[in-house]
Amino acid sequence: MRSGRGVFTRRALLVMAVQAGVLGALGRRLYTLQVVDGGHLRQLAERNRTSKRLLAPARGTIHDRFGVALADNKVSWRALLMPEETTDIPAVIERFSQIVPLDEHDRARIERDLRHVHKYVPVTLHEFLSWDDMARIELNAPSLPGVLVDVGSTRLYPFKDLTAHIVGYVAPPNEEDVAKDTTLSLPGMRVGRAGIEQTQEAVLRGEPGSVEMEVNAVGRVIGEIDRVEGQQGEDVRLTLDSVLQQQVLNRLEDRVASAVVMDCRNGEVMAMVSTPSFDPSLFDSGVSHAQWNEWANDPRTPLVDKAVSGLYPPGSTFKPAVALAALKSGSVTAQDRFNCPGYYDLGGVRFHCWNRWGHGLINMREGLKYSCDVYFYEVARRCGMDPIQAVGNAMGLGVKLDIELPHVRSGVIPTPEWRQKHGFHWNGGDTVNAGIGQGFVQVTPLALATYVSRIASGRDVQPHLLRATNDQMSAMASVDDVAKVDLPPEYLDVVRGGMFAVVNDPHGTAPKARLDLPGIQMAGKTGSAQVRRVSRALRESGHFNSMNLPWEYRPHALFICFAPYDNPKYAVSIVVEHGNAGADEAAPLAKLIMTDTLLRDPASDVRPPAPVVAPATEPAADRAQPADTAPTPAPQPTGQGQPDPGAAQ
Amino acid sequence: MRRNGMNTFGFLKSDRRLLRAEPDFRPMARLLQVNWLYVLLVCVLAGVGYIALYSAGGGSAKPFAGPQMVRFGFGLVMMIAVSLVSPRILRMASLPIYLLSVTLLALVLRMGHVGKGAERWINLAGMQFQPSEFAKIGLVLMLATWFHRIGNERMGNPLRLIPPALLTLLPVLLVLKEPNLGTATIIGVIGATMFFAAGMRLWQILLLVAPLPFMGKLIYSHLHDYQKARIDTFLHPEHDPLGAGYNIIQSKIALGSGGMWGEGYLHGSQGQLNFLPEKQTDFIFTMIGEEWGFVGGIAVITLLGTLVMGGMLIAIRSRNQFGRLLGLGIAMDFFLYCAVNLSMVMGAIPVGGVPLPLISYGGSAMLTMMFGFGLLMSAWVHRNERDPGTEDDDDD
Repeated sequence: MRSGRGVFTRRALLVMAVQAGVLGALGRRLYTLQVVDGGHLRQLAERNRTSKRLLAPARGTIHDRFGVALADNKVSWRALLMPEETTDIPAVIERFSQIVPLDEHDRARIERDLRHVHKYVPVTLHEFLSWDDMARIELNAPSLPGVLVDVGSTRLYPFKDLTAHIVGYVAPPNEEDVAKDTTLSLPGMRVGRAGIEQTQEAVLRGEPGSVEMEVNAVGRVIGEIDRVEGQQGEDVRLTLDSVLQQQVLNRLEDRVASAVVMDCRNGEVMAMVSTPSFDPSLFDSGVSHAQWNEWANDPRTPLVDKAVSGLYPPGSTFKPAVALAALKSGSVTAQDRFNCPGYYDLGGVRFHCWNRWGHGLINMREGLKYSCDVYFYEVARRCGMDPIQAVGNAMGLGVKLDIELPHVRSGVIPTPEWRQKHGFHWNGGDTVNAGIGQGFVQVTPLALATYVSRIASGRDVQPHLLRATNDQMSAMASVDDVAKVDLPPEYLDVVRGGMFAVVNDPHGTAPKARLDLPGIQMAGKTGSAQVRRVSRALRESGHFNSMNLPWEYRPHALFICFAPYDNPKYAVSIVVEHGNAGADEAAPLAKLIMTDTLLRDPASDVRPPAPVVAPATEPAADRAQPADTAPTPAPQPTGQGQPDPGAAQ
Repeated sequence: MRRNGMNTFGFLKSDRRLLRAEPDFRPMARLLQVNWLYVLLVCVLAGVGYIALYSAGGGSAKPFAGPQMVRFGFGLVMMIAVSLVSPRILRMASLPIYLLSVTLLALVLRMGHVGKGAERWINLAGMQFQPSEFAKIGLVLMLATWFHRIGNERMGNPLRLIPPALLTLLPVLLVLKEPNLGTATIIGVIGATMFFAAGMRLWQILLLVAPLPFMGKLIYSHLHDYQKARIDTFLHPEHDPLGAGYNIIQSKIALGSGGMWGEGYLHGSQGQLNFLPEKQTDFIFTMIGEEWGFVGGIAVITLLGTLVMGGMLIAIRSRNQFGRLLGLGIAMDFFLYCAVNLSMVMGAIPVGGVPLPLISYGGSAMLTMMFGFGLLMSAWVHRNERDPGTEDDDDD
């Protein structure tokens, strides 16, 4: 009989052998995994355990010349959602939106992010939360599982539209930026998109640091292993005076205009206003489509910095440059007199003087004083375009100015060659037109300020906005370091004298610009630049009045000036778009702005004018010799109108 | 089979005679017959489980280690109690137990809890219960009883093998339907091993094994998508490192970071930092391997192997077919649990929800395993009962 036990024992032993074999194989595999491959797997484990994250550096701040912050960093909060920590994501988002409203755009973005990221990667619900929103979210935390609040940084522009064109703004980097510099993909990184923020990007941005953290399987940070502090962005100090900037803006009121106040001794831009402006902080979070369209389609071009990007015919403000060019080329002397009958015939075309009755027989000083067109038609014809261009360029007109702003336009001083390059023939009429700053001549307000600064100081000042980077004062702070312009001083004196006469002589074109400050005189030049040709028929009808034109066809009103006349410190240029007449619209503004500027001067002892304006006094003598002007008044301590002495630089 | 038992009057008679032949079968005396060395090994294994769960709980008895020990205490008492039950009573109870387990399997299909895409759990009097665990014990009891009743000689008759084959197939199909491929395979293999050990003729085995490859193809085509996906991720875990392949990759990484000597108890970075999935249940061995290294891992495998081999030896030492098959079935069950779980965590076979017995956290697996060990011990305690007509079997 077959033995059941024997069969069982044999077969059970066979089963045991198989079991032992399987367990042995498992032991061997364990050996392979732990001992043989251990090193490699340990590395993977280490990589698992640690997570290296880059830290966004704090962006450098921007200050005015007295240390007032123009661009600063403000702590802001953003709400994140950890998908893995909540079971009902739609319900949480719904409850969240009852606390902080989410628009369609936000919801679509959140849904897209939720689909694309792993469940342990946080999704941004809302950026730039206010303190109140943040507090409300924290308060409702129990009903918002998975929602957490993270600290970020927002760029703050305390002066909003006041300094928008100069300081510029930052915006989140686009794909192109990230492709160039991958550290920009860090959350919270911003790129300067305009103004100083754009041109000083390299200084302001800083170097990202990194932190190595121990994380668990869901990416939660358990501890910090290593930290490399990044390099904070450097602070930038500008030449701008925010108080003066505000005063200039106030003077311009709601005009579409641009004004530049420059220290004519060293080219420091003290104020540079372009109106209207915009709020730069809106760009940090992304400007809405509607807002952008509103700005982009506004005929007053709020986004354009008219001071450096706006091109205008200089009109009569160009005449000092023409005078200098003629003097330098020797084609005209200051004493040469030309007759102005009110018109000028050239090659069968009649060019008119602004005064149809004429100015009579006048020399250069009178030509400038009356802003006689006929006089400068003749000067320009005698001189020719090449000297005008050379001198104009030397004075900062028609050349690219090296200021720390983007989109700086150089303008044009036309020559026959320039015209030919564009495929046109140059007429003699073009020359005489250029002689009064019309036709093809185009300049920016900043160029005008540079130009008048160089006339006033006789030095080749370079306009600049950057005073110091990280408290390292930039070079060129001293007047004596600035080279002199390549013009004999006597020629400059002639032009300065003419500009003095414009403001201070009886029958000058800009008596409205006369300063009310005791012992300080201003020299200036008006300009009215036509934007549309006035037809001969209309002019001869005698009923022409540009004030009757629609706004966009009225001439631009310009004024350039410097003061004090005997010791020039400040230069101002003003362009009021379609302001009609420089003498009526721009000159009074120039007077107010120059007064504000002089009162702000920490080194001056100028007192504000008495409330009752004294009758304008005649100048004591013909000011052919400006050096003879009255001695400077004795310094007197004044408590009024002085800036904080501690802020004086 | 009931007819069979009633007709064979000799069964009962022989049992009575055996009782008379060995008069020291009073409870206290039988308690002394319990193999306390084996019980001690079981306790050591449970102790290893406690220590590992303490670490899995982040260095705390809560929430895993403490409750698990309480369950083990219950299980130990149950094991001792079951070991004292006479095989005669076990044989009588086998059919009801089997029917109950199959009924529960059917019930879980209707009203079970869905866990990870499969219906596996049933709520019995507030306790989560996994009927497939219980079904294994039921099947082992049932088959042991059946083969005991027909004896070795009648194994040659294929007709006698059809009923036990159906009895095996029924729970396999039900578990497959849940669907739980891993457990269904384990049940099938337990059944097959018992057929083999019971003395199935070689020609019968060959006849059955030959068509298996075709069966395999047929089964694969009926697999659920997630089961196919498991097989795919097993073959190519790197394709989806954060999805389905995550468990296998993380498990291997954790084992590798343990090295020869381990990172130290409570200091396994992957386990303690939650990189390990299901570290307190299916992947507890990975944590052991990470913290205690290869040395600790091989020690645990050795302990598991000792328990398997001990169970097999108990089976071999039994003088009756019921005890032999019961012991072998339980030992095989325990072995398959260990082998499948270890292969799984070492990335050798596709992942399936099979715990490491007595170490993984979980109530029903622990209690059914302890019940099984009780049956095994019963086979040991009653090893000297003899089958009728085989008194002269060679023995030690």
